[in-house]
Amino acid sequence: MSETLHYDVVVAGGGLVGASAARALAERGLRVALFERRYCGAQASGVNYGGVRCQGRPEEQLPLAMRARKIWDRLPELIGIDGEFVRSGHLRLARRESDLEPLDAWSAMASGYGLATTVYRGAEFRQRFPWLGDGAVGGSLCLSDGHANPRLVSPAFARAARALGADVHERTPITAMAHDGVRFQLTAQPDEGATLQVSCDWLLNTSGAWANHIAGTFGERVPMHAIYPNMWVTEPLPRFIGHNLGVYGGGVYARQVERGNCVIGGGRGTGDGEYAQPSADTTRAVMREACALLPALRNALLIRTWSGVEGETPDNNPIIGMSRTTPRLVHAFGFSGGGFLLAPGVGDVLADLVTQGETATPIDAFAVDRFAQVSAEV
Amino acid sequence: MSERAEIVIVGAGPAGIRAAQTLVAAGLRPIVLDENVRWGGQIYRQPPAGAGFTRTKQALYGFEAAKADAVHTTMAALLPQVDYRPETLVWACDPKHLHTMHGGRETPVAFSHLIIASGATDRVLPLPGWTLPGVYTLGGAQVALKSQGCAIGERVVFAGTGPLLYLVAYQYAKAGANVVAVLDTSAFAAQAKATPRLLNQPATFAKGVYYVGWLRSRGVRIEHGVTLEGIEGTAGVRAIRWQRGGREHSLECSAVGLGFGLRPETQLADLAGCRFVFDDLNRCWLPERDAAGRSSQAGIYLAGDGAGIAGADAAELAGRRAALALLEDLGIAAPVVPDAPDAPAIERKLASNRRFREGIEQAFALPENPAARWPDEMLVCRCEEVDARTLRECVRHDGVTEINRLKALTRVGMGRCQGRMCGEAACHLLAEASGQTFAQVGRLRAQAPIKPIPIAPMLFDENVAAIPEEARDE
Repeated sequence: MSETLHYDVVVAGGGLVGASAARALAERGLRVALFERRYCGAQASGVNYGGVRCQGRPEEQLPLAMRARKIWDRLPELIGIDGEFVRSGHLRLARRESDLEPLDAWSAMASGYGLATTVYRGAEFRQRFPWLGDGAVGGSLCLSDGHANPRLVSPAFARAARALGADVHERTPITAMAHDGVRFQLTAQPDEGATLQVSCDWLLNTSGAWANHIAGTFGERVPMHAIYPNMWVTEPLPRFIGHNLGVYGGGVYARQVERGNCVIGGGRGTGDGEYAQPSADTTRAVMREACALLPALRNALLIRTWSGVEGETPDNNPIIGMSRTTPRLVHAFGFSGGGFLLAPGVGDVLADLVTQGETATPIDAFAVDRFAQVSAEV
Repeated sequence: MSERAEIVIVGAGPAGIRAAQTLVAAGLRPIVLDENVRWGGQIYRQPPAGAGFTRTKQALYGFEAAKADAVHTTMAALLPQVDYRPETLVWACDPKHLHTMHGGRETPVAFSHLIIASGATDRVLPLPGWTLPGVYTLGGAQVALKSQGCAIGERVVFAGTGPLLYLVAYQYAKAGANVVAVLDTSAFAAQAKATPRLLNQPATFAKGVYYVGWLRSRGVRIEHGVTLEGIEGTAGVRAIRWQRGGREHSLECSAVGLGFGLRPETQLADLAGCRFVFDDLNRCWLPERDAAGRSSQAGIYLAGDGAGIAGADAAELAGRRAALALLEDLGIAAPVVPDAPDAPAIERKLASNRRFREGIEQAFALPENPAARWPDEMLVCRCEEVDARTLRECVRHDGVTEINRLKALTRVGMGRCQGRMCGEAACHLLAEASGQTFAQVGRLRAQAPIKPIPIAPMLFDENVAAIPEEARDE
């Protein structure tokens, strides 16, 4: 048996949340190891839609979202690439007149957090967005939002963490873990190579849809289930989708990348908790709604469909914060399909919690024990 | 989704047709889905009906005319007894459903049992200039001749390796095209050495010898053991360059037919959830199957070149064998089909065919480590315009060892062809750059659609379910 390696912090899960936490902690001078059972940024963090969107989020997420959003402007400096981040603006569409009122209300609320949005309707809306079909009657534009390429961004955070001195282990699942009263004792088993014995003072649970394995080990499972968002992409088309698009009430989201491909999401694929498959039926259902909003899509070719495994909580808010059962265990998972924008900010928040024991960003709404009553009822 | 679960055959080539014949003989009525306008597959492709083509089967198929005719006639006779749907692309597969595109409509087809006879395409290996207008695959060149009655250019060079190289050159020359050279990357010595194995099928071997002899007698230049260096030109093909025995050669031409053997079309089996294994003979990942053609998924059977290259004769046998396995699994007695071998006889013949295939692979081996010669600026993935340098830098920079990871980071294989054309090259390059074997880098996972599909027809089906409320994300 090899000797035990000791770290200040072990990050369990190499998605965007874990990788950005590892990067932030390494930058603050801590000795960090990250364990990822497959490849960093290859699960939900790498195959999600790629929306970098503050608009439309519940109020309790806005402080965190605003903190995260600032990081996106610094990607080249932080991770060495721009990750194809485009500040395209996000347009949240109203399908009917009655949807405009909540857009106005949201806009007023968000301005209190320093987020500027403009709601367009009627002739002005039609004139401003002639590429939209009759399926939309108005919309709220948030110019500071955008989109990016998750396949590039998420692995790049792990690469940056490594460059700052973090030990990043891919294809290395943690196979056993316990808290001995003083620190965590972990066993990790690389796909190839010798078993690793690791101890650490802090353990970050950033295992996404699989985070209940760790939360459960320490007696605080949360009511999270796996979802499989369904995504597809067209061949490259002439540029016509001006902004990252969402719809009030949900259903379809769409963006067009620099190469011209239109990336469109909505509805669910299928999966077994471990792997996800896109669903042809869902793709067709979403196509119908997408073409009502974006008529030019009708003449395009579909070239690829995909899905991924994501954790969804009952209130669609993530779990972020200190464990209630175990000292120096910190959770950050269950982003319910909205984590891509937040993740770099969450990494900083986790680094605050480890280095300062607290964070200036309000996260009380994301407490791990907020579902206790719910679980008891079930 | 109201359709009754049925037996579905995908592909109406030699394998699919013999499978259909066997099922019909047992009193069943399978659905036969085929992408082509007419039945026959690639090898026995028929010219379009009613287009005024008057070439005889002898002219179209040469030595294979009788076999082509038998396959065509069999299917023609089956038409009243099968649900034949030509021009139908299977683009996705859920458990128990195929998703098809036909006549501008998207239609789900429920299946209880599925025979996949999806055939093969050319194995493409790039070289500098391979994306120039005027460069075709060997199979594409053959389709132009068989289906359209035209040649790919005025001065044609066929380059690469494999039996198809000589067959297509022969067919072109015989049809009156100007074939200026055949450039074979495998050595003549290897072909001579493979003779004992090739003699497992003396008639096929004799045909190969005949094509070469015929071409030589017509003065067509044939070079063995060449290293292809590049195709020259700006707006189109102007010349091809190669090296042989340390000497540089160049030849003016206006079109190049390029191919390195065939590549099984395995995407449907992949989407259907079949388990894959690396096959040394085919040098690619193939869906697992037993001697009868059963895949790892209950109710899904594999036959023909789509499950491993074995040629048209073997495809006919494997199609029948897979259908017999399906009948056996349904508890239906094997039907009597005149002149058709029984299951044990088929399996013996297929085993013997494999020995012949070993000879073919020995005679027409792929170039050793082809990626080592690819210059940095050469495009590997033409859909997404990813060059060799980008791939090499990604391997160096990120320590990538697995092909799907390389795809995620570079877009290689992510475009219109979904890696059907460039996937093999990307794997060779990754293997070379990461110091692994071709098998170790893995395989590109298939993603629907198998081929690009137009969105408009997807909107017409009245059976489209609404997006459920809980799945309405922003």
